[in-house]
Amino acid sequence: MTAVGTPMKRREDPQLLVGEGKYVDDIQVVGQLWMGMVRSTMAHARITSIDTSAAEGADGVHSVLTGSQLQEMGLWIAPLPCAWPVTEDMVNPPHYPTAIDEVHHVGEIVAVVLADSRYGAVDAAEQVIVDYEPLDAVASIGLARDGSATAHSEHETNKAFHWPLVPDPDALDAAFANAAQTVKANFVQQRLIPAAMEPRGVLAVPSPMGGDVTLYSATQVPHILKVMIAATTGIAESKIRVVAPAVGGGFGAKLNVNPDEILAVTLANKLGRAVRWTESRTEAAFSTHQGRGQLQTIELAADADGKLQGVRVHVDADMGAYMMLITPGVPLLGSFLYTGVYDVPAFGFTCDGYFTNLTPTDAYRGAGRPEASYAIERAMDILAAQVGIGPDEVRRRNYLGGGDYFENLEVPSTLVFDSGHYGPNLDRALELANYEGLKTEQVRRREAGDSKQLGIGMVTYVEICGLAPSRALGGLNYGAGGWEHATVRLLPTGKAEVVSGSTPHGQGHETTWSQIAADKLGIQPEDITVLHSDTAISPLGLDTYGSRSLAVGGVAIAAACDKVVEKAKQIAAHQMEASADDLEFAEGVFSVSGSPDQAMPIQAIAFGAFTAHDLPDGMEPNLQEQVTFDPPNFVFPFGTHVCTVEIDEDTGEVELLSYVAVDDCGNQINPMIVEGQLHGGIVQGVAQALWEEACYDEDGNLANPSMMDYLVPSAAEVPSMVTDYTVTPSTSNSLGVKGAGEAGTISSAAAVMNAVVDALSPYGVVDMDMPATPQRVWRTIHEAKNGGAS
Amino acid sequence: MIPAAFDYQVADSADAAIAALTEHGDDAKLLAGGHSLIPLMRFRLATPGVLVDISRISDLSYINDGGDHLAIGAMTTHRALETSKLLATEAPLLHHVASQVGDPQVRHRGTLGGSLAHGDPASDLPAALLAHGGSVVAKGPSGEREIAATDFFTGFLETAIDGDEVITEIRIPKAAGVGWGYQKFNRRAQDWAIVGAAVMLGDEPKVALVNMGSSPMRHAGVEAGLAGGGGSDAASVAGDDTDPPEDLNADAEYRKHLARVLVGRGIAEASA
Repeated sequence: MTAVGTPMKRREDPQLLVGEGKYVDDIQVVGQLWMGMVRSTMAHARITSIDTSAAEGADGVHSVLTGSQLQEMGLWIAPLPCAWPVTEDMVNPPHYPTAIDEVHHVGEIVAVVLADSRYGAVDAAEQVIVDYEPLDAVASIGLARDGSATAHSEHETNKAFHWPLVPDPDALDAAFANAAQTVKANFVQQRLIPAAMEPRGVLAVPSPMGGDVTLYSATQVPHILKVMIAATTGIAESKIRVVAPAVGGGFGAKLNVNPDEILAVTLANKLGRAVRWTESRTEAAFSTHQGRGQLQTIELAADADGKLQGVRVHVDADMGAYMMLITPGVPLLGSFLYTGVYDVPAFGFTCDGYFTNLTPTDAYRGAGRPEASYAIERAMDILAAQVGIGPDEVRRRNYLGGGDYFENLEVPSTLVFDSGHYGPNLDRALELANYEGLKTEQVRRREAGDSKQLGIGMVTYVEICGLAPSRALGGLNYGAGGWEHATVRLLPTGKAEVVSGSTPHGQGHETTWSQIAADKLGIQPEDITVLHSDTAISPLGLDTYGSRSLAVGGVAIAAACDKVVEKAKQIAAHQMEASADDLEFAEGVFSVSGSPDQAMPIQAIAFGAFTAHDLPDGMEPNLQEQVTFDPPNFVFPFGTHVCTVEIDEDTGEVELLSYVAVDDCGNQINPMIVEGQLHGGIVQGVAQALWEEACYDEDGNLANPSMMDYLVPSAAEVPSMVTDYTVTPSTSNSLGVKGAGEAGTISSAAAVMNAVVDALSPYGVVDMDMPATPQRVWRTIHEAKNGGAS
Repeated sequence: MIPAAFDYQVADSADAAIAALTEHGDDAKLLAGGHSLIPLMRFRLATPGVLVDISRISDLSYINDGGDHLAIGAMTTHRALETSKLLATEAPLLHHVASQVGDPQVRHRGTLGGSLAHGDPASDLPAALLAHGGSVVAKGPSGEREIAATDFFTGFLETAIDGDEVITEIRIPKAAGVGWGYQKFNRRAQDWAIVGAAVMLGDEPKVALVNMGSSPMRHAGVEAGLAGGGGSDAASVAGDDTDPPEDLNADAEYRKHLARVLVGRGIAEASA
């Protein structure tokens, strides 16, 4: 009996599929007040006056509070937190839940209406009249760098920090000085709107006596949020309970401490009434943090055969208007991966963070790592073309370990990769994609002058996940650890409870955790209840992000189960009058070696531990153990993706013909969940390559804040994917597992753009900005044809 | 994304709807499938004081054989159009175009009359009406009148329907065996066309363009080329005499280029 490795259907799904999932917006409380946010319509301006009189007189309105009134009420003791001050001198302008006298992005809250219905709150908010004195808006990272205007008028520059990672500057200079081949490329990582299926929402409920408050929030991070609410408001942690009910996706955008969360908690406490808010889709586009927003320059130094000698990278990163929880750390998460899967003797990375008058950026699926993977994997294709070898060959020549198996290998960015085996992974991907056949067809179409040209793109990625060893995070100035907690209880009836500090927002933790615990405890997965997402039930935890849940939280559960089994073994040995060393444990039964008649099922021991009638001397009753696991190292999943596109030269349309993904996330607990994660992740990266971009005008207004204009692709736009796996277990944990939640996104944008550029290479095209829209592709072809290119 | 306050009333017949429109004047809007009006209301781009719900008028949902034409009730859903065997035979362009609107959920609620009344130049069905050379029957306080498709679309989101009139029927000349083509270009399957082209051959070729001006339009230049036996070459003037919108998906130059490509493909499809 093994549950691990079985594609069990997700136990979470039936209720979600029939509409019985309980989201924040489904929870109703008598006497609740709705917040309606009055949001800035200006990207940068001084507030000269706010007239709330009409709104205050509107039906059902309880009160209207401006930013300065809220500030005077003393509801908080500190601004919203940034937990990742990446340098000692990082500029971090105070970011309060509402603007006080100056607004810094469209969508920033300037006043809050409290009303007895959602409609009433929104209607009244429309009646609040705010007068602004416009200031020059810094509407792009490019303008921020130029510095002709500053996003915060009290600042003299837009630069927030400079962060270098250059382990050996002399070696890096020498590598470029002696290089036979150099590549220099600039890439734009456009801003993306996370667009989780469930918008964010909050509901703060004060208890009638004692000052306790419960916050229901559509969050990925109830545990972190609880600590941060305490630090921001001065309310004791013991009086705060945070619950994340069913959460409909997050992709990083629900990994924050948001103005609405602080407003709901403090106003509920102040007023003694429940206070709530649910964002609209357009409100989300303006106010919930966005992803990416980087200008990258990558340089490669190589010998004449395309063997890398050095990689030098500079990133200008768009912070947006404020530092949110981990805004400045996002580019750093990528910094270690700009050498990808390659053996690079010398490496250097620098990053400058800049403020703009745009919505703040922060973590979005992959957080810094898709950007890094994109830069190195696009640059490798440019190098291959320059050297005159294929994209597969340039990769083979540079793989760490020569493409052979390695473990615990230190790379120039100072990390130690747990394990890797890149050569066979590439072989399998090329075989599944029929790479040779595709190349033949590509040549045929080119020679025939077909109006539909083929492009083939490949990527071999590595990612860093399983965040994280707490000491490593400390070394990066991150304001928290990376451990995870688990408690496992074997109940008197032989069923089990698993309590996890890892908080799911759609991943299927309950299913996966039950599979791990079932095998460890020797009971059925359906006999295991998984508890999570409520700080009153699961007080210790660090939640779900950075593909960390299995490699940290899952490993903690396995270890707690081991402790339960070990205690049960002591009881079994005592009751069977045998030595614990002579006991075997298999399929939930302890038996004495050589005496198969002497056996006890673990369920019987569970009841015995509960009654405590006959336990070894000094042993505490009950079977309950806990483990807090702090991983000794990150995990480094990898894989090769091959994408084929067809470009209609008459319209510029890029059609995805096929997508092959061969991933290696080490051992798999539930292959179906792994595959689901990869499908979704791949589409999210493909979306960056072909569809998605938050477009701003020169005044800092978002031009596409609705789902009509911001093009999230649907199932109709993507091909059925071909997925397969190699298995190279991690050396960082006892389960040999890595992570799969972000892998697809980390690889797929580059795979698609490599294919697009490959298709257009006969026109002399060497690069194209994302997204590769039909208009952009058509114009590129059109200009190449009319510009006299071959 | 929350609409402003409005009053709501249900009309159970066309006459009841006309009475409500007469009573409330410009402050009232008819609600059929709601797939154009409700989004506008949610963005507060439309703030009608009264919504008159006509979606329950079941006797305006039909597809009948009218002899030389098909008579289609205004409340007929896109779904009914795309699954009608009669339409597949006698008005194959409209039958196909109905299947290209939005996604299945939209097509189950959206109605032909509602789509035409909205007069959106980016919508598919107005182009199909124009290419078929159909007409629209409107009923008001003083009775019924029939409006030719070419007289129906009068400006951006404006039609020849008066404020106190209700569309009751759409008439499509039978076109069995006539070559037709519809080319829709968009970035996602469920989106409005960036540009679209509807082509009907036959004795009087008709070509209608989607999203190439402020209102749904026929293209006289292309039609003249086709009538003169120009075949696909007639497409070369498809960008002329157009005034396409500019947005994040396409500027005017690209839209004109797409019009030429799509009309060419539409003619080829119709001729195949």
